[in-house]
Amino acid sequence: MLDVPTWEGHLAGQHVDVRLTAEDGYQAQRSYSIASAPQDRSVTLTVDRLDDGEVSPYLVDVLQPGDALELRGPIGRYFVWEESLGGPLALIAGGSGVVPFRSMLRHHAAIGSAVPVRLLYSARSLPEVIFHEELVRLGAREAVDVRVALSRAWPDDWNGHRGRIDREYLREAAWPASSGPLVYVCGPTSFVEAVADALIDLGHDTDRIRTERFGATGSGLPAPSASQGGT
Amino acid sequence: MTSASRGFFGRRRPSVDPARLPPGQYWTDDFPVLSAGPTPRTPIEDWSFTVRGGAAGTVTWTWEELGTLPTETFTVDIHCVTKWSKLDTTWTAISLDVLLERAAAEDAFVTAWSDGGYTTNVPLEDLIGGRAWLALAYDGEPLEPEHGGPARLLIPHLYFWKSAKWVRGLELRTDDEPGFWEGYGYHNYGDPWREQRYAGD
Repeated sequence: MLDVPTWEGHLAGQHVDVRLTAEDGYQAQRSYSIASAPQDRSVTLTVDRLDDGEVSPYLVDVLQPGDALELRGPIGRYFVWEESLGGPLALIAGGSGVVPFRSMLRHHAAIGSAVPVRLLYSARSLPEVIFHEELVRLGAREAVDVRVALSRAWPDDWNGHRGRIDREYLREAAWPASSGPLVYVCGPTSFVEAVADALIDLGHDTDRIRTERFGATGSGLPAPSASQGGT
Repeated sequence: MTSASRGFFGRRRPSVDPARLPPGQYWTDDFPVLSAGPTPRTPIEDWSFTVRGGAAGTVTWTWEELGTLPTETFTVDIHCVTKWSKLDTTWTAISLDVLLERAAAEDAFVTAWSDGGYTTNVPLEDLIGGRAWLALAYDGEPLEPEHGGPARLLIPHLYFWKSAKWVRGLELRTDDEPGFWEGYGYHNYGDPWREQRYAGD
């Protein structure tokens, strides 16, 4: 959680660049999705620690309350949701790809939006579900439906989806293509590719699917949008 | 002036020549994929590449016709605005000089467009003089769809979002029209060596 006195506000789904500087001037920077809503008082980043990472282990293991952090942002005006964009909204997350959706759901709650939202969130196992209690709470709102799918291991009494978010599950759990939902997909590349391909197969409109991918080595969390045509 | 981050030492890669990394970039040997939408899959028999707006009018090549044009195989470094750089990437590609000359390109600006609706803008002078290509193969293999296949632009001296994946054509224009990411706050030109990531850099 960061206190940013000069913060000028952000849109739900945007990211920041974090820059670290060593004593000798060496710098490393990465992008991280903002987990807080525009209405929240502080800016929250949720960082998935990558064992072979350069920046995420520092942020998770070394950084302490009171330390200063150099930030730039907010960045990205594409993978964002504002109420004027409407819905129904399908948010489909793999792993730490849920972070920008936490921001969107908190924003949705803060403005009391009635736009119907469904979050489908795939995690490997229950302990890996980020923000679980909060998501359940947010999902108790009238317009919001939160569904967690566990792909590798689940408790015996798990009553959510067991297995990957595949075509069949999307057919059953995502809004039908005929309702013209606005779909956001965020997660590792292979997850996003599989989900986006399945959605198109199910008849969803390409122009209504927004994706954000992050590679295994890449940029830590939901990487910034590079480009549809770019990288 | 930036002060040091307490307890940060960084993980320098001794094997990487720092002179090859633009400011703020880090080395990766992976090839991350970042796209704004689903990966388009156009059947190759329906695929073509078009240059319009040149003095020669609209010029279109089918996949088969492109195959008759000369290709070059070369090794370059690529730099993504999301901060990774990949060094010594090997491509097989058609020089845009060949395509733009055929189209008799004269106007000063170019908008590249792709399957899926993506666009990006580049000054014409950055696409000629042996600095930009239509890439057909990566590391000796046909370009995979998730990396932009069957063909993508390759403009290694600019941030990699300018190297439009799934490119289907170039439009020559007298005015400079911001493309997809350029319209969402990314820099209009995108020179990694001047760290032109976002509008205003």
